[in-house]
Amino acid sequence: MRGKPLVAVVSAGISKFGRMDAYTGRDLFLEAVDETFNRCPNLDPKMDIDAVFVGMMSEAFEHQGHVAPMLSHSAGLLSAPAIRTEVACASSAAALRLGIFSILSGMYDVVLVGGVEKMTKRTTPEATEFLGMAADFPFEQWTGVTFPGLYALMAMAHMHKYGTSEEQMGLVAVKNHHNGALNPKAHLQREVTLDKVLSSRMIAYPLKLYDCSLISDGASCAIITRPDIARKFTDTPVYIIGSGHGSDALGLFERDDLTSLMATRRAAKEAYEMAGIEPKDVDVAEVHDCFTIAEIMAYEDLGFCKPGEGGRFIEDGTPMLDGELPVNTSGGLKAKGHPVGATGIAQIYEIFLQLTGQADKRQVDGCRIGLAHNVGGSGASCFVHILRGEM
Amino acid sequence: MAEAQPFTIEQWYNFLSEGKLMAVRCRNCGAKYLPPKPVCTNCYSRRLEWISLKPTGRLITYTIIHVAPERFQQFVPYAYGIVEFEDGLRLPGMIRDIDHGEIQIGMELELSFEPAVEDWPKWPRYYFRPVKH
Ligand SMILES: [Zn+2]
Repeated sequence: MRGKPLVAVVSAGISKFGRMDAYTGRDLFLEAVDETFNRCPNLDPKMDIDAVFVGMMSEAFEHQGHVAPMLSHSAGLLSAPAIRTEVACASSAAALRLGIFSILSGMYDVVLVGGVEKMTKRTTPEATEFLGMAADFPFEQWTGVTFPGLYALMAMAHMHKYGTSEEQMGLVAVKNHHNGALNPKAHLQREVTLDKVLSSRMIAYPLKLYDCSLISDGASCAIITRPDIARKFTDTPVYIIGSGHGSDALGLFERDDLTSLMATRRAAKEAYEMAGIEPKDVDVAEVHDCFTIAEIMAYEDLGFCKPGEGGRFIEDGTPMLDGELPVNTSGGLKAKGHPVGATGIAQIYEIFLQLTGQADKRQVDGCRIGLAHNVGGSGASCFVHILRGEM
Repeated sequence: MAEAQPFTIEQWYNFLSEGKLMAVRCRNCGAKYLPPKPVCTNCYSRRLEWISLKPTGRLITYTIIHVAPERFQQFVPYAYGIVEFEDGLRLPGMIRDIDHGEIQIGMELELSFEPAVEDWPKWPRYYFRPVKH
């Protein structure tokens, strides 16, 4: 099935990301669904949608479990059965993958996939604790680790092994803030200087405030269909031609290599092989920059550069908006924001915009192949999706 | 002998309360486990035994945590690292009783612990500190 479309993406939408004080999770989800439907007037939500798969990480933020039917109901979609997926920050990429399975199985023709997280009504220590629940309890949570702490342990190992610098990590933040400033849906729409990144307050050495993604509210949505019926809904479908998924030990301390995510390498291998492409064929990518070191490791694990050369890859300007392989044109988790359950499909939304020429000020000219990379927790889960446009 | 005890994380913390750093070894294939597990997942044998580890190891990476959840606020900023014991077995944990500026990857640290807490999950907390020669 090399390069053969698995499914078509015929529409997508996201809510505004940020501190959305007036919105609960279900309201945010409806905002994302509404944009998705507005972009696709040929879709009849009540008649066409066969099922809903929605990702959300934590019941703790809104003290709300059993969210799939609740979200489906509040979006007016009770005609379609709904299931929630959870693999920490990769929860909505998992929803997409299940959606793909359900269409490939022949059971469904049109599926709504999405994700949501409402985080900002909680204090930072509360949010830190809830996010931390995706780390191993008996040995990591119990002994006082945090998510910035886990990525800081990887950053220190990467610096020690390869000489990666705090400045190189800082450049990832500068780039993603530059892109976020061009994205009206982004949580933070302002540029930052390298000086400001490097002098921001310490969160978990060597990671500073500006090395960390944002605690945000937001939701995302996409409509996927059987490829052969996509043109019933849009003249400009985008095709998913590769889907990869990898798992690893939950505890970082139980993994052999602390400078690379095996789950990413596995997911990437599966997705590239399915798509019949190589890393050099990718024109635009959204990668999981929950921390700046995570984006540097992603360059390496996705094969954009060799192991250990991620720091130089950003220094050379390759992933800049006007570079050879623009990465995180949306602003990434760093500037667009990281409502964890929404992130995976928000990446798909950005790639959908890019491949259909709708990315406005951050449009990458002539892009045809896009990649989305979504990681759960400290790397025990990873999904890679490869999309192809018709342009 | 320790073999009568279940090869579980609960039992591992019981041993820790007694001042022992333990791991599990498979008597069928020789695989070693920390965290422990009640079945060898290399060969799926249940012929396991507890072995005691020397409670000193080498620091393989570390960080200094400045933003922490409520129950660790009192320690902020605190050092946190991953320590490798014999046979590549590892544990993560806080590093205490040391100047943060003196922490270096590769240094030797020893395991220490505090009595079990009263409420859930009723486990002791362990941490690492410099080896006293
Ligand atoms: Zn065995």
